[in-house]
Amino acid sequence: MSTTQWPLWEVFIRSKQGLNHKHVGSLRAPDATLALENARDVYTRRSEGISIWVVESANIHATDIDDADSFFEPSDTKIYRHPTFYEVPDGVKHM
Amino acid sequence: MTQAEQERRFLDKIDREIKIEPNDWMPDEYRQTLIRQISQHAHSEIVGMLPEGNWITRAPNLRRKAVLLAKVQDEAGHGLYLYSATETLGADREQLMDDMHSGKAKYSSIFNYPALTWADIGTIGWLVDGAAIMNQVALCRTSYGPYARAMVKICKEESFHQRQGYESLMKLCNGTPQQKAMAQDAMNRFWWPALMMFGPSDAESTHSDQSIKWKIKRFTNDELRQSFVDATVSQAEILGLTIPDPNLKWNEERGHYDFSEINWEEFWQVVKGNGPCNKERIAARLKAKQEGLWVREAANAFAKKRAMKKSA
Ligand SMILES: [Fe+2]
Ligand SMILES: [Fe+2]
Repeated sequence: MSTTQWPLWEVFIRSKQGLNHKHVGSLRAPDATLALENARDVYTRRSEGISIWVVESANIHATDIDDADSFFEPSDTKIYRHPTFYEVPDGVKHM
Repeated sequence: MTQAEQERRFLDKIDREIKIEPNDWMPDEYRQTLIRQISQHAHSEIVGMLPEGNWITRAPNLRRKAVLLAKVQDEAGHGLYLYSATETLGADREQLMDDMHSGKAKYSSIFNYPALTWADIGTIGWLVDGAAIMNQVALCRTSYGPYARAMVKICKEESFHQRQGYESLMKLCNGTPQQKAMAQDAMNRFWWPALMMFGPSDAESTHSDQSIKWKIKRFTNDELRQSFVDATVSQAEILGLTIPDPNLKWNEERGHYDFSEINWEEFWQVVKGNGPCNKERIAARLKAKQEGLWVREAANAFAKKRAMKKSA
């Protein structure tokens, strides 16, 4: 007795002022208004949030897991982007 | 990448305790095992609301009523986190529910026992949620990311479930002789079914070996059952309740409590659908689905109408 399902939404919650919204999970709802209300009931029953974003899962674009190695390669090889790459004499302070 | 290479990569991640995430390559059997286990877990959360839900209107006072309501609402949330986790594996939520309704998929057999008295509600919180927590804490380290994250959230919420049950039993055990007797009666009926919640013994368990290798399960059924018995004995003593097992005693050599063999005949009967409440539970789930259908359809229609107004 299956029925047409409501669309899937991804839920992001800002736990407190000063922090980013963070992905916490997903849920199904017929529209954004109800997705927000359901997200409140499902993911913030113990004051876990002060702000919620919902995004239809179909609208999320992601990097391809199979290409991850080559996709992220440019940053893995540039060790000179990190402060530890550089040598500074022992006596130098505040750097 | 060849299949063999992918498989080697997958096993290497498991070895190094790196979580498997939804889009990662995984063996089909790993995926199917997870869908079966997580959905069974989700169904248990949902069906578990039925025996307790029955008592919400009959709670002895407003405090207990508010607490029970909050607990049952949590269980609905747990079911939802878990159904969401199955969807990340490509499962169809509606199909999973239909599989439970048809008897193809199982849920924890503990919920096929009735909650006859108010003491049963305290006992369910203490023993049934207690046994579930033992299992769920171990699953926080399961190898599949979304399942592990759902478990972490669930465990945070579960601890109040066990404590409220224990507190409620404490009240009864310190009450009139009749109240104490009611608590002991609940203990007598729930002790063995609670031990059965950990599933068949390791020798009989069909899926255990591979699940341990893939780190879906981190401990065997018998290991978890033993931890539960060891943790519960002193809790029962403090309540002044007797565990209904004449063979229960501390084994100095093993460093664990010994206990009697479980009545596996009863266990398999309940799993096969012949427990006291199997039919009633499935009937209640089906009724909820059928009678809630118009609400879901109306919400869809309303969403469509609102979208049209916006674009007009
Ligand atoms: Fe739960
Ligand atoms: Fe619970």
